[in-house]
Amino acid sequence: MNGVRATIRGTGELLITLGLIVLLFCVYQLVWTNVSANAIEADARTQLEEQWTRPQVEASPAPSGGAPELPTAAVKPGDSFAIMYIPSLGKNWAKAVVEGVALSDLRGTIGHYPASQDPGEIGNFAVAGHRATNGEPFRNIPAVKIGDKVYVETEETWYVYTVRSTEIVRPTKVSVILPVPNKPGAKPTEALITLTTCNPRWASYERWITYGALTETRPKAEGPPPELLAQKG
Amino acid sequence: MYSALWRRLPGAWPVKLLLCLVMLAAAVTLLFTVVFPWAEPRLPFTDVTVEDSGA
Repeated sequence: MNGVRATIRGTGELLITLGLIVLLFCVYQLVWTNVSANAIEADARTQLEEQWTRPQVEASPAPSGGAPELPTAAVKPGDSFAIMYIPSLGKNWAKAVVEGVALSDLRGTIGHYPASQDPGEIGNFAVAGHRATNGEPFRNIPAVKIGDKVYVETEETWYVYTVRSTEIVRPTKVSVILPVPNKPGAKPTEALITLTTCNPRWASYERWITYGALTETRPKAEGPPPELLAQKG
Repeated sequence: MYSALWRRLPGAWPVKLLLCLVMLAAAVTLLFTVVFPWAEPRLPFTDVTVEDSGA
């Protein structure tokens, strides 16, 4: 009898333990990944802002004599190089943009598809971000409507994109991040932006795509776009 | 299972309790740093990119 009781008791304890582990996983996924993502993102943004305001003298002490590189050619995978602001996602919504869209790159913030163009460049500046967990930057992506603004701040320039359309596609539709979205081989004539995230929020069988086009370029010396400052309030 | 563990732990009950708490903390740390990050990409919340393989 004792053996049977011990077995039943042991099984019960095991099941309760497994249940607790699953609960703990929910805590990890719903709370912890956001806490750690927000810390990573805040760090990346602070670092970027410091790097931008640092005096330029010490930045390039000895030019190596090679061909001048494009600004993002020097950006290593996982490094942040821009800050994105989307007021329709929240008054103070600001995220560092890192190079790369691997899971490790997106652990803290949004990432730039390495094969796509740079901010402001003719072609497509394509970015991916989480919609659930890991900081969930694009949590409320349906709130980004046609005509809304997406601001991208780089070291020297502010780029203002205006949302032109949104679309729900299959995850395999890689053509959304082409220089001319969905037109393979077409020659780009405009500077565009594409945001990708998952749809529905907690699933992965579709992607929510937001397309926009560059409508204003502003040197950093002129200060942030006034509309953005007004939105921030 | 847990009663057998309790019996096998050395010392008086405050020592046993302390040992239990240490083991619990170690288990939670292992879960948060190794097991859960491993399990995470196997769930659908983290697929946000468009790609050929169609994850």
